[in-house]
Amino acid sequence: MTQAIVVDSHPLDQILRADRMPHIFCPGCGIGIAMRCYAQALLESGIPQQRHVVVSGIGCTGRVAGYIAIDSYHTTHGRAIPFATGLKLANPNLMVTVFSGDGDLAAIGGNHLIHAARRNVDIKVICVNNFNYGMTGGQCAPTTPLGAIATTAPYGNPEQPFNLPYLLVAAGAGYVSRWTTLHVRQLKQDILRCFARPGFTFIEVLSACPVGFGKSNSIADGLEELQLYRERCVIADGVPLEEMGIDLRENRPIYIGNFIDRDLPVYHPVSLTT
Amino acid sequence: MHGDEACAEGAIAAGCRFFAGYPITPSTEIAERFAQRMPELGGVFIQMEDELASIAAVLGASAAGARAMTATSGPGLSLMLENLGLGVMLELPCVIVDIQRGAPSTGLPTMVGQADVMQARWGSHGNYSIIAYAPWSPQEAFDLTVLCFNMADRFRTPVVLLGDEVIGHMMERVVIPPAEQLPRWERKRPTTPPPTAGPYRAFEPDPDDLVPPLPHAGEGYRVHFTGLTHDERGYPDMSGEAHHVLVTRLNEKIDRHVEEITRLEDYGLEDARIVVVSFGCTARSARRAVREARARGIPVGLLRLVSLWPFPEAVLRELAQRVDTFIVAEMNLGQVRLEVERCSGRPAVGVHHAGGEMIHPEQILQAILRSAGR
Amino acid sequence: MYTEIRLAGFGGQGIGLAGVLLGRAAALYGGLEAVMTQAYGPEARGGASSANLVLADEPIDYPFVQQPDILVAMSQEAYTKFRPTAKPEALVLIDTELVTPFAEDVVQAIPATRLAEGMGRRIVANVIMVGFFTRQTGFLAREAVEQAVRESLRPKLVPLNLKALAIGYEYE
Repeated sequence: MTQAIVVDSHPLDQILRADRMPHIFCPGCGIGIAMRCYAQALLESGIPQQRHVVVSGIGCTGRVAGYIAIDSYHTTHGRAIPFATGLKLANPNLMVTVFSGDGDLAAIGGNHLIHAARRNVDIKVICVNNFNYGMTGGQCAPTTPLGAIATTAPYGNPEQPFNLPYLLVAAGAGYVSRWTTLHVRQLKQDILRCFARPGFTFIEVLSACPVGFGKSNSIADGLEELQLYRERCVIADGVPLEEMGIDLRENRPIYIGNFIDRDLPVYHPVSLTT
Repeated sequence: MHGDEACAEGAIAAGCRFFAGYPITPSTEIAERFAQRMPELGGVFIQMEDELASIAAVLGASAAGARAMTATSGPGLSLMLENLGLGVMLELPCVIVDIQRGAPSTGLPTMVGQADVMQARWGSHGNYSIIAYAPWSPQEAFDLTVLCFNMADRFRTPVVLLGDEVIGHMMERVVIPPAEQLPRWERKRPTTPPPTAGPYRAFEPDPDDLVPPLPHAGEGYRVHFTGLTHDERGYPDMSGEAHHVLVTRLNEKIDRHVEEITRLEDYGLEDARIVVVSFGCTARSARRAVREARARGIPVGLLRLVSLWPFPEAVLRELAQRVDTFIVAEMNLGQVRLEVERCSGRPAVGVHHAGGEMIHPEQILQAILRSAGR
Repeated sequence: MYTEIRLAGFGGQGIGLAGVLLGRAAALYGGLEAVMTQAYGPEARGGASSANLVLADEPIDYPFVQQPDILVAMSQEAYTKFRPTAKPEALVLIDTELVTPFAEDVVQAIPATRLAEGMGRRIVANVIMVGFFTRQTGFLAREAVEQAVRESLRPKLVPLNLKALAIGYEYE
């Protein structure tokens, strides 16, 4: 017999909206893990919670904004980054994080993503990549591997996916990392590094979507995907960015780590007054 | 000063210190003016990658407390309509300027049009009310831009300035009053500190006018804003009941205040049996035609729609009681005429042109003469 | 009074500035109403350039010039193109050395560009023409136009342009 253990409090109570629980994430989903890393980093950031703002677009990951108990803006599909840009420029004292998914940020929001990277506006982007559109039931995304099955690619995806770190570095991002939902400590630490460093930062977080992606692509459940991360993830050390593409269905390394950390001029509006 | 410059100066005089935009003829001079002026004033000018991003940045800046604006033309407005809806739903004040050109599609980039009237009203999906003003001179481009900011803050909603290429590009004298003489209506803001337990209710309407106070990012209210249907806490509520309550309120907070929002100018209406209804640059031709017709003894007046939306239904209904004929002059194929017919309950005479060149006073005069049986 | 004016030349001659100076002089310092419109778009670049002014002593409704009462032509192309659009009896001002008028046309001529070259600054031919215009038309006070020059140009350009204005105004 199993017995439910009921506790009065949770370590993240002060930063999560308990009144919004339960969340919408499916069993085995990795978004909650990534959200937890972000929440933990918020608490450890040393920045007053009042100064933190989270902005998201549409999709499962986009719902994270609704669960974090800071000023949070759940915007339209793809537009989290420009909304965040406006927030940050209008009040530079804010620490603005965009927390959204691969479909939202790299497909419909792809133009904003590359331009924000190029501009080097001081916002922190966390992109949960689960290789599909999860909320709407597993459609093809720009991250879906070639040949993978999706509801809009029933015979296999005929398109090449984005290699997001390669794209972001090429677009001019100063800081680009990739972790998985297995790498919770590294992810939290990396988010803290982003908070501490001015300019545009981008973290890709590989995450299981057992319902939308896993089940149609021979990954039985969330646990199996985490095992797969454990077996295949390799800290990239001098591996060329163009080899950072991912296909979970192939037995080849998944490169993770911080890929680039370079100082570039941070965007500031032109001012003649200071 | 030309109309585009006057519009930018009006925004600056109104305290706008954030402009995000994407260049598009014939509104580009507004962006250029902001690019010149914001650095002098410590404000933000940013050229975004497209119009989708421009209005998103404006909404973000508004959420952070700024008076914020973007400017575009029809093709750009088409892209902005997505987040115009978000602005309505999140109740974030901002000003969107559309300097209309010949349309649809790329149309006539450098030439005038007035065919975005219905797009401004109904362009984003769903049921919402919008506030829109149409200047007929560079002076009014200044004055109405100030008014747009005040209305946006007053009702916590996006407001559209529907200019046109003729007004945007023509030069005329503009008088800029001292800043302290300009009216300024502030946003309604929270009067209580952030709650110690439970969320702040950022969408709880003031019962008097249905407009909720607006907390800004960074003030400690831990607000949640979502484009999803939400309750008074801002939390998503996926029920038909919550949706009906929210959408009804978003409409009513504007529709209940039509009189406060409406701006009209009349010329010779007191004894008019024929009324010419017009707006924007076309109203200049209409006034000329009305003056000439009155000089010939024809009882004709001009009703100039300074505000286009919400439509002044009550005024039109009242006029319809004592007027024989409505003539609607507009540079589209009948968008405002349909509204006039709806409100007056009778067919109106249309003087229409699809755009590209201003309707000439003579065309309107001929319509007046025909209506007067001459 | 209701006067339609078209100023025309080729791109780079400062036709737009000439229009702005006259418009400002009229609207800000001359007690008149003034509206200026210009052609925009590809047609506004290179080739013929024009500025159109309506001056009146009452509010101006229709802002466009339809049949100019006054035409200022600073290139042959502009003259040939726009002379037929002006009233037959229109006052026509030309740059002598750049425009050969139609045989039957009565014009007032000034070698504005050559006079400007004489000042060492060909670019002020437009302001010399503005001075000539002010004298020939008589409905703007010289002081009003001078004030428009002071308010419209960067300070270091003002003396040169006031001199150009004087040369045009005093040309016999």
